[in-house]
Amino acid sequence: MEVVSTIFPYTAWNVPYIHSAFENSAATISGVEAAYKAFKKKGKIKKKLNFIAFGGDGGTYDIGFQSLSGAMERGHDILYVCYDNEVYMNTGIQRSSATPMGAHTTTSPAGRVIPGKTQFRKDLTEIMTAHDIPYVAQAAPSHWLDLTRKVEKALSIKGPTFINILSPCPLGWRYPPSQTIEISKLAVESRFWPLYEVENGKHKLTYKPKKEVSMEDWMKLQGRFRHLFTGKNKNVIKDCQKQVDRKWEKLWTLQS
Amino acid sequence: MTKPGWRDLAIGAILEKGGTALEFKTGDWRTYKPIWSQEKCTSCLFCFIYCPDFCIEIEDGKMIGINYDYCKGCGICKEICPKQAIEMILERR
Repeated sequence: MEVVSTIFPYTAWNVPYIHSAFENSAATISGVEAAYKAFKKKGKIKKKLNFIAFGGDGGTYDIGFQSLSGAMERGHDILYVCYDNEVYMNTGIQRSSATPMGAHTTTSPAGRVIPGKTQFRKDLTEIMTAHDIPYVAQAAPSHWLDLTRKVEKALSIKGPTFINILSPCPLGWRYPPSQTIEISKLAVESRFWPLYEVENGKHKLTYKPKKEVSMEDWMKLQGRFRHLFTGKNKNVIKDCQKQVDRKWEKLWTLQS
Repeated sequence: MTKPGWRDLAIGAILEKGGTALEFKTGDWRTYKPIWSQEKCTSCLFCFIYCPDFCIEIEDGKMIGINYDYCKGCGICKEICPKQAIEMILERR
């Protein structure tokens, strides 16, 4: 079965794949990797194979979190890639724990009662770092060389590795599709999505933002934050900025 | 496209061949069509790396055109082009 890369009954994959329910992708790949190890021990397979699991933010941050945590703790030789579009897009724009504060979704609708989501987002990259696995990284499509280098590095490392990739979503974030790369770039420049890697517990920034871009500059391009620019909701932007600054300072001290 | 019934599918709805997405042309989803100007293009290939559907055709490291069979007209190539060599026009069929 396949619905990710194209519609059923077609598939884009030219390599063996399993399409599982999204909350158990980490459990599924653990099993496949364990079987590979067993076959290798018996001499039935000699080739080196890479094992990559893909999940969205809902399947990774929320409902697939325990299977991911388990896979990382057991130390399988896998790479887990999270495509973080900050919302449950498959079912139609519901908030996830990756949704940033103030964002309008169908389950955190902006209106008289609340100004979009009222909580800060979860920092999964740091939670993965706390698992003490050999390699954790955060990347964005706008910085493609950085992204491809991180994937190459993760695959060359033995043991569990994790890469969190910001994936701007035109429909859920409410912006024209052509702006995708610009939105991704500004997320990095505004320090909302710092590009860094953690190798054996050591933090390293792989890109230092060159411009002064505030959260407001980034948010005003997206329709999901539109309500924050009118009336009494302006303080939500300030809160978001404060949170981003605090996290950036923490990351800065960790890497130096 | 005609959809196969459940009797036509393999047991477990398994797909026996890989890479068959090539047979499914997604170009007709497009509203805007990118038009490439060869004179302005310097073949920096930024559009190639950012195109989500691998629609930029290259030969010997040079851009030679756009594959309209799969291009969905997102316009990322137009935005990213440093030489404004790509223009988006309304698709007419």
